[in-house]
Amino acid sequence: MYTQGLDQKGENAGRRLDDAGLLAAFQARIDAEEKIEAKDWMPDAYRRTLIRQISQHAHSEIIGMQPEGNWLTRAPSLRRKAILLAKVQDEAGHGLYLYSAAETLGTSRGQMVADLLSGKAKYSSIFNYPTLTWADIGAIGWLVDGAAIMNQIPLCRCSYGPYARAMVRICKEESFHQRQGFEIMLMLSRGSAEQKAMAQDALNRWWWPSLMMFGPGDADSKHSAQSMAWKIKRFSNDELRQKFVDVTVPQAEFLGIRVPDDDLKFNAQTGHYEFGEIDWQEFFDVLAGNGPCNRQRLEKRQRAHDDGAWVREAAHAYAEKHGQRAAA
Amino acid sequence: MSQGNTMDDNEWPLYEVFIRSRAGLSHRHAGSVHAADSQMALDHARDVYTRRNEGVSIWVVKSSEIIASDPADASAFFEPAADKIYRHPTFYEIPEGVENL
Repeated sequence: MYTQGLDQKGENAGRRLDDAGLLAAFQARIDAEEKIEAKDWMPDAYRRTLIRQISQHAHSEIIGMQPEGNWLTRAPSLRRKAILLAKVQDEAGHGLYLYSAAETLGTSRGQMVADLLSGKAKYSSIFNYPTLTWADIGAIGWLVDGAAIMNQIPLCRCSYGPYARAMVRICKEESFHQRQGFEIMLMLSRGSAEQKAMAQDALNRWWWPSLMMFGPGDADSKHSAQSMAWKIKRFSNDELRQKFVDVTVPQAEFLGIRVPDDDLKFNAQTGHYEFGEIDWQEFFDVLAGNGPCNRQRLEKRQRAHDDGAWVREAAHAYAEKHGQRAAA
Repeated sequence: MSQGNTMDDNEWPLYEVFIRSRAGLSHRHAGSVHAADSQMALDHARDVYTRRNEGVSIWVVKSSEIIASDPADASAFFEPAADKIYRHPTFYEIPEGVENL
């Protein structure tokens, strides 16, 4: 029911594209908070925007397994190992929910994977930073998943039904990710001086990249206005970033570690934290492929894809043989 | 399903996944998975959609086997039900004082 109806869509799309009436009716549905479903008419640009956004989101989940996977065999206890394993498995699941949602729009899994591997499709810049110590696993859960939750909760109300439903499922699971990360930070910050220093060092390295996860400032965000009108996006990048800072700074205070920002201060009048300037050059450099781990991440993904080729082929051959036997 | 131009002509077919969350409830659409065959589709559906005991039973069906109504025709298709308000109990006026009806 999700993708099979899409075959006819391509034929219809051209004929209907210029129909201003359809466009107006579409926007009216959006304005009335109706959900758009896979087989409904939608403007080509809406479809393209969603495919770009959902597939990038999926790629982020898939690549996002790598920085944490790095610590699976070195987790400090069996309990931590089991938790981390479950979390990494969740990330794979999130990627799969999202690929499925994107496929309802008429792209294929193979095409999306090809675009990731060729570098044509992007993924979140945050996953191009290395995980140097165990505390980084805590910082990722606490900050990176915390920022992701901030971003993803409004997406549960996104105008496109399949994406919104995938996000509901993801958000339910994401909360475990954030809590297990905070718990790691809590243990370390209550531990030896060395452990506390490790937690501080992780916060130092992950704070700014986490703020960058919300994307460029509103003045420089090229896709925002249209996405807001289509109700794909509900809050601006800067609004979400501010929310994240407001909830996270008190958590850092509780942990007794310092947010690495000399300009950070609470404004009692606005009720918000004011924070320093983000280094956008770093953000654009990482996005352009020049972060600390970009090449390593894609190489590893490519290797996994290549190493799995024989499994995919064998499963296909097995299914074909059995299909023939059943038919005979 | 796949739109051509994929890097893998052998892309596994897509299956839709339906999950019964507990006995007494209907199966409900959860999402979809790619799999080479139906057994693998069940295994993948279990791994992807029931990691937290979300189900006691799973159905998978090839997406290409589902026949769906066309949303563009929805108003005409469902129109016959629209003017039969007498099918609802609220259509009937019951005088005050009549009970258990």
